[in-house]
Amino acid sequence: MATLIGAVLAGSSSQAQTINAAAKYQQECAACHMAYPPGMLPAASWTRILNHMDKHFGTDASLDDATLRELSTWLPANGGTFRRVREAPPQDRITQSTWFIRQHDEVSSATWKRASIGSAANCAACHAGAAKGNFNEHDVRIPK
Amino acid sequence: MNAPPYFKLTATIALALFTAMAHAASPAELQAGYEAQAGPGSKGNANRGQLFFTSKHGKDWACANCHTASPTVDGKHATTGKVIGPLAPAFNPERFTDATKAEKWFRRNCNDVAGRECTAGEKADVLAWLQTLKR
Repeated sequence: MATLIGAVLAGSSSQAQTINAAAKYQQECAACHMAYPPGMLPAASWTRILNHMDKHFGTDASLDDATLRELSTWLPANGGTFRRVREAPPQDRITQSTWFIRQHDEVSSATWKRASIGSAANCAACHAGAAKGNFNEHDVRIPK
Repeated sequence: MNAPPYFKLTATIALALFTAMAHAASPAELQAGYEAQAGPGSKGNANRGQLFFTSKHGKDWACANCHTASPTVDGKHATTGKVIGPLAPAFNPERFTDATKAEKWFRRNCNDVAGRECTAGEKADVLAWLQTLKR
């Protein structure tokens, strides 16, 4: 049996690895926050973030070595694909990106602080389809 | 390498089952494991566990900040606001059934709350308390 399993593992395609990495990203990262689309940050930002998971925006989000290796390949490889994403934003925060700030310039600071929103990192508060990658402005509903 | 798809699926399921069995545990078994690590005669204490869980340990947060002081209900992540399911096993049966997962979250969260890893004795105490919370 072990030989058979080994054969399957050795034969696993890169497509299978991609599915696995995406599942790991969901499992590990979306436990605490939305799984932000990898394309929203450039590869350099993802690499820096993954190198400091024990000090991750104020919390310890450290990963086991195998998961870290997998995501360190997959996230940078899928980084920077969004149209306006070029240079790394300050502190590698998506919400500090030039494009993000411009897209949200009509949202007042008081609105961001509403209990129903909390912070700009809470995409799904206004973009109900955020977790599925839908950020279409026609679907935006800003909660009271 | 070019095994037919149904074969690959069977082998993958077998591997998944094997992996699940290797990690499957009950909260009581995890507690016993931590007691054994803590040393001979060591026993999880529910009162100590509750005190540890609801107190601050030199940093900004207690466990209870995100998990609530009575973790039979949903909590909320202190910074992101994401909903965290109940931690007490009687209210959320998947809790403490996977030793690797339990260790991962103890490692991360104890570092956030206490600036260090929790001792095996502290983990046994918290588990002892969580198991006293019944419907």
